Order: sequence, then structure tokens, then C-alpha cells
Amino acid sequence: MNQTGIGTFGDLARRVVPGVTTVFLVFLAHLHLPFPYYTEIAPALPLMGVYYWVVFRPDLMPRVLVFGIGLFQDALIGAPFGLTAMIYLLTHAFVFSQRRFLVGKPFWIFWSGFAIVSPVAGALTWIVASALRGAVLPSDVVLASIGLTIVVFPVVAWFLLRSQRWLVGATELS
Amino acid sequence: MVKRNASMSVAGLAVPVRIWAQRFAFLVLLAFAFALMLLSKAETGALQNARVFIVDGVAPILSVMSRPVEAGQEVSRSVRNFFVVHAENDRLRQENERLIRWMQAARQLEVENATLRAQLEYVPEMAPRAVTARVIADTGGGFFHSLLINAGARHFVQRGQAVVSHAGVVGRIAEVGDRSARVLLLTDLNSRIPAIVESTGDRVIVTGNNSRWPAVTYLASNSPVSVGDRVVTSGDGGVFPPGLPIGTISEASETRIVLQPVVDLARLSEARILDYGVEGILPPPEKVPAVDRAASSTGTAK
Repeated sequence: MNQTGIGTFGDLARRVVPGVTTVFLVFLAHLHLPFPYYTEIAPALPLMGVYYWVVFRPDLMPRVLVFGIGLFQDALIGAPFGLTAMIYLLTHAFVFSQRRFLVGKPFWIFWSGFAIVSPVAGALTWIVASALRGAVLPSDVVLASIGLTIVVFPVVAWFLLRSQRWLVGATELS
Repeated sequence: MVKRNASMSVAGLAVPVRIWAQRFAFLVLLAFAFALMLLSKAETGALQNARVFIVDGVAPILSVMSRPVEAGQEVSRSVRNFFVVHAENDRLRQENERLIRWMQAARQLEVENATLRAQLEYVPEMAPRAVTARVIADTGGGFFHSLLINAGARHFVQRGQAVVSHAGVVGRIAEVGDRSARVLLLTDLNSRIPAIVESTGDRVIVTGNNSRWPAVTYLASNSPVSVGDRVVTSGDGGVFPPGLPIGTISEASETRIVLQPVVDLARLSEARILDYGVEGILPPPEKVPAVDRAASSTGTAK
């Protein structure tokens, strides 16, 4: 692993790339795009960031950071504080425990891993949000959102890969 | 030798301790998330303030990021207009002729109204003050239906005020920061808007259900409403002015009545926040800056 310390500003900048790109995905996920039905079925872009960085650079995406990003997203979307933070925390725990099966494998395995994580995270969010709001929330849009999230993942993963290569450096499995 | 063994045993102990510390940290954060969720459910002021503070802090970033989207929307509108300009011109010419006839009728009615009001010594209602704001974020997806706008307390936006577009009702203000505010959409589970079915005069409540089609509730069972009937605000509660279009009934069965909102929330790029005659919603006139007073009843947050 590329452990050169954070002696210089450049090193520090490189170390915040995972956090910054994931927060950027939070902003991007909530832009008001003028497409019919887009709002309800918008893909869970920040989840992709969490998944990607926990697999490739868990040292730069610690659970405290994941928790903080979740809290920030909760504030932005008007959700009860802790909802998204909890989902990201559980995602972190699961992906971190399975990352040895994902790193260094073909992309389709990496994508398949996300295709397992995304529905579980979506379903869990739906259950907890329904419980907190005291009503069964519409599930069709959640299913559509999960589908779109899985389909869009390769595009976002490609951008994250570029940012990783340019700014963070090559990955080694520790 | 003894010293080496001691250092090895310390090293051997460090790994399990580290693993247990990591697990403990995970459980602490998980418990913290649960505690926060329960506290949020209780609507504590401190958490609401924290949310408003965070949203207010990032509002300029959202505002900048939403500009390219608006520019793209503008370009696509221009391209579309280019191809339909002739058909649009014909349509507008016909509409103009129709509107001129309406204008003449309106002028006659205006004169008649003024005469009748003068005879009755009628006290006119105050026109609502309004602020126009840009939509800077669309939040919540399928779980929470709200928008963020780039106007806040500094533009005299306050909690509970009505939010409308040129077509009709959008929602109401739920949270206010200094330069941003959250609009609870009429489709959200927490939204309740007193309304009237225009054709029958029945008083109903338009109830959000987190789908695109809010339900019409508290309607008398023998009411003869049908698909296509317009539903407008009743003005009860004082938040919305009476007569603002909310939607048209799109499904009317024994079990449920739902409506199609008139406002296309997906394409909404600007919204107007109304202060409609509720005491204390806006500061007294002496606190309103001179610029705003000069702009009379309207303002814009850009």
C-alpha cells in the first residue's frame, strides 16, 4: 500500500479524495434534474462511493467517515439523523468483511458484489424509513431506484477508478 | 530472552485488542445512529437546528451545481422551441385572440366589481407579499418529498408559508435557514392541504402519501365527484389563499380518490413563497429593507 505519510499538502489532498468524491456524489444525487419520475427513482450514487472506496482504499474510507457522510446526507434530504448513517455503517461492515473476495477480481465480480449490497441497503432503508414515518412507503419506486443504481454503477465506478489512479495511487490488497 | 518473550506477548495481545476496539467502535456508532434516529423522531430543536445549519452551509454549493442543469434545460427548451416555432406561433395567435376577448370581459367585470364594492363599503383583502426562489436541490427520493430553495430568513421566508408556482400549489415551508429553506411538497406523507372540489363545493383535505398522486380525504360518501374535477385550495387555516389550483381528480373509486397535481414537480425550477395574511409571518413593515419596500409586493432570491 502506498504509505508515504501526510507530510505534504499533496499527500493530504490525495488522502481526502475518497471522502470528497463520495460527498460530491451526495450533492450530485440530489440535484434537481428535470426528468419525469427521476426524483423518486434516482440512483443511490453515494452508496457506490462507499462501496468502491471500502473495497479499494478502506484506509481512506474509515467507518467514522462513512458515518459522517451518512449524517450529512440525512441533513440534506431531511431524513431523521442516523438513518443513512446506519445504512452506510452496515454497508461498510459487510463490504469490509468481504473485500478479499472482491479486490483483484474481474469487474463483473466487483459489480455483482454491488448488485448484492445495493438491494439490501435499499430494502433496509425502506423498512427503517417506513417504520420511522409510521406508514408503508411506496415500494415500486424503491425497486426502480435499486435497478437504476445497479445499472449506473459501472459509469460511476469508472469515474472513481480514474480519480483513484490519478490521485490516490495503485491499490494493493493488504 | 525474557525481554523478547515479553515483547512478543504484548504484540500478540495487540491484535485481538485492536479487533475488539474496532468492533466496539462499530457498535458505538451503530448505537449512536439509533439514538439519533429516535431523537430525530421526537423533533428535538437542537437536531433541527443542526440540519438547518448544515443545509444553509452547503446551499451555495448546491446553488452553483444546479446552474449547469438549468443551462442545459434552457438549451433543450430552445432547441425544442426552434422546431415547433411555427406551430407555436399559430397556437399563440389563436390564444391571443381568445385572451383579448377575456380581457374585455375582465375589464367590464372589474368596473362592475368596483361599483359594487363601493356600494357595500367592502374592505379589500391585502395582496400577499411574495418571494421568488430557485430550486437548488431535490431531496429524499421515494422516502421524503421535499425541495431546497435558495431563499431563507434573510428574504423573510418563514416556516409554514405557502409555496406555489405559476400553475398552482407546490407545498409549504418546513424548515428555514438564513439563505435556504426546505419546501415540504404536497405529495409528502406529512402534507395536509384544506381544499374544495370546484364542481361540487365539497370541502376536503388533500393528503400526501409519498406517491405522485396525493389522496383526497374527508369527502362525503355521497359526493358526486368524478374524474377531471378540479380541486383548489379552500383557504381554511390561512396558509394558502383560496382558489389556488392543486390538481384534478385522476381516479375516483369507492375505496380511494386521488388527484394529479397541476404542478409538474420534476420541471419546477422556480417557486414563489407567499405570505398570505397570517399575522406574524413576515416582519412588520419598518423592518423590511427599503429595497424590498420599493419592490412593493414581490422579490426575487437569485
